[in-house]
Amino acid sequence: MRRGSLNVLRYPNRLEIPVLSAEDIRRLCRLARLEITPAEIADVSAKLSSIVAMVDQLQAVDTVGVNPMAHPLDRPQRLRADAVTDVDQHELYQRNAPLVERDLYLVPKVIE
Amino acid sequence: MHIRTLAQLASDLRARRVSATELTSHFLERIGRFDPALNAFITVTAEQALAQAAAADRRLANGTATLLTGIPLAHKDIFCTSGVKTSCGSRMLDNFIAPYDATVVERLQSAGAVMLGKTNMDEFAMGSSNETSFYGPVHNPWNLALVPGGSSGGSAAAVAARLAPASTGTDTGGSIRQPAALTGITGIKPTYGRVSRYGMIAFASSLDQAGVLTQTAEDAAMLLEAIAGFDERDSTSLDEPVPRYSQIVNEPWDNITIGVPESFFDSGLDADNAAALRAALAQFEKLGARLKSIELEHIHLSVPAYYVVAPAEASSNLSRFDGVRFGHRAAREGHEDLLTFYMRNRGEGFGAEVKRRILTGTYVLSAGYFDAYYLQAQKVRQLVSQDFARAFAEVDLIAGPTTPSPAFGLGQKTSDPIEMYLNDIYTIGANLAGLPAMSLPCGFVRNLPVGMQLVAPPLAEARVLKAAHHFQRATDWHQRVPATYA
Repeated sequence: MRRGSLNVLRYPNRLEIPVLSAEDIRRLCRLARLEITPAEIADVSAKLSSIVAMVDQLQAVDTVGVNPMAHPLDRPQRLRADAVTDVDQHELYQRNAPLVERDLYLVPKVIE
Repeated sequence: MHIRTLAQLASDLRARRVSATELTSHFLERIGRFDPALNAFITVTAEQALAQAAAADRRLANGTATLLTGIPLAHKDIFCTSGVKTSCGSRMLDNFIAPYDATVVERLQSAGAVMLGKTNMDEFAMGSSNETSFYGPVHNPWNLALVPGGSSGGSAAAVAARLAPASTGTDTGGSIRQPAALTGITGIKPTYGRVSRYGMIAFASSLDQAGVLTQTAEDAAMLLEAIAGFDERDSTSLDEPVPRYSQIVNEPWDNITIGVPESFFDSGLDADNAAALRAALAQFEKLGARLKSIELEHIHLSVPAYYVVAPAEASSNLSRFDGVRFGHRAAREGHEDLLTFYMRNRGEGFGAEVKRRILTGTYVLSAGYFDAYYLQAQKVRQLVSQDFARAFAEVDLIAGPTTPSPAFGLGQKTSDPIEMYLNDIYTIGANLAGLPAMSLPCGFVRNLPVGMQLVAPPLAEARVLKAAHHFQRATDWHQRVPATYA
């Protein structure tokens, strides 16, 4: 296939499609703090596996000596003086909190 | 009144042919009449809009008006609007009232623009069809059975149906340009850092950029001029002067060279789209542009690179939604531990596509995979960006399709995420490289609008806006309005 051809995307380079197991998905969900129902797992596994297969074509690219690009701005991050500029607005911000008592955010009682 | 551009409405307001209050009432009436079928708005702020319009009328009377005073606009629901629900299209933020204004909103408001409401969008801007919204899909004004594109689908449909003369949007991988193309309007994503991201809910911080969706390039120039420029509250904001885009677009045509990546015309592109695009390129030649075939060697890798970088950044950005300080909290009792509590809040608050992206990001960042995926994607991003830089040494702009096809059917691509992701195949490169890019209507295919994308070097927004404006002076694709809304 010609280099630069956009059709290559439809045919991932690797023949073997990685399969994320139910246990892989449960582990990722714990890491990502996402509850998933047993009924959702098969669909999530199938779709995530196809996404991983698609991004897997990056493995075949020769990137020896290429600097990773984290950001489009080719300049150092601007810094500001280390001084307090914000005013206290906790009452305004806490209006969006599900549960607040004495200026504290509340979570349900748990016993660990 | 609704078939007038921003530039025309601004002159109507100044000449007192119409008041801001009449204009705002007119658009609110249209929203009430047409939006039930389109679902372009999540929130309509009628009361505030009329109050802002009254204030605008006072400014118009006492001589303190700007060019935008009294112009009604719609904001994508990703921009924080003080005292107004800001949902980002998600159940997670269904109850979130923003405590402050985004810089984009603040600047338009101080210019005297009127906010009509907040537009529907893909959840957390993750989608290309507006079908991932918690508030239901937006319908394409050209055919209600079709998608308007996404993620700024509500902003695009609102302008296409003339429920608002213009709107704001954001673009992480094509989210302004793709819906603009599928609804027959004009949209611009500026250079990364050109417009402040302060108060714009983050999806992928190294890719997100705010822009506008309008009827014409001239209108886009007018609005961009108002929102662009340095903001110390965004550490990635560029400290560069903002050119007078609205004046520059009307300057005489330069004999520019337009690069055309021939790989964009492969069989992945609908044949009718390709024909419309070739005709539009011929139109540019007639205007005096020189066309030059170019190659972007790594552009085919932009989709896989993007679907590593964007989910990785999203998984980090969206970790703030825990249901403790704000956002959705699950009603269920009896959490055995805090981890379960967070997992439930997030499991209920996020929709399927957002969860997929968070999990993809978590996967590519997890131990053992970081170098193979994330670092490798950043290197490929560098290669894609270098290709653009090399091309711009020889050409002034790069032209190509915005989308592979005209608008597709609701539900047609929802079962296969990869199929959906490929809609952004032509637009993602500009995000990876941080370049300004716009989509403008360039023809019709099977009675549906199609867009042409123009990409420019960093900070060359004026060049791309001017080329688009000259194209629009010679064509009338951008003036077509679906019959129901004309």
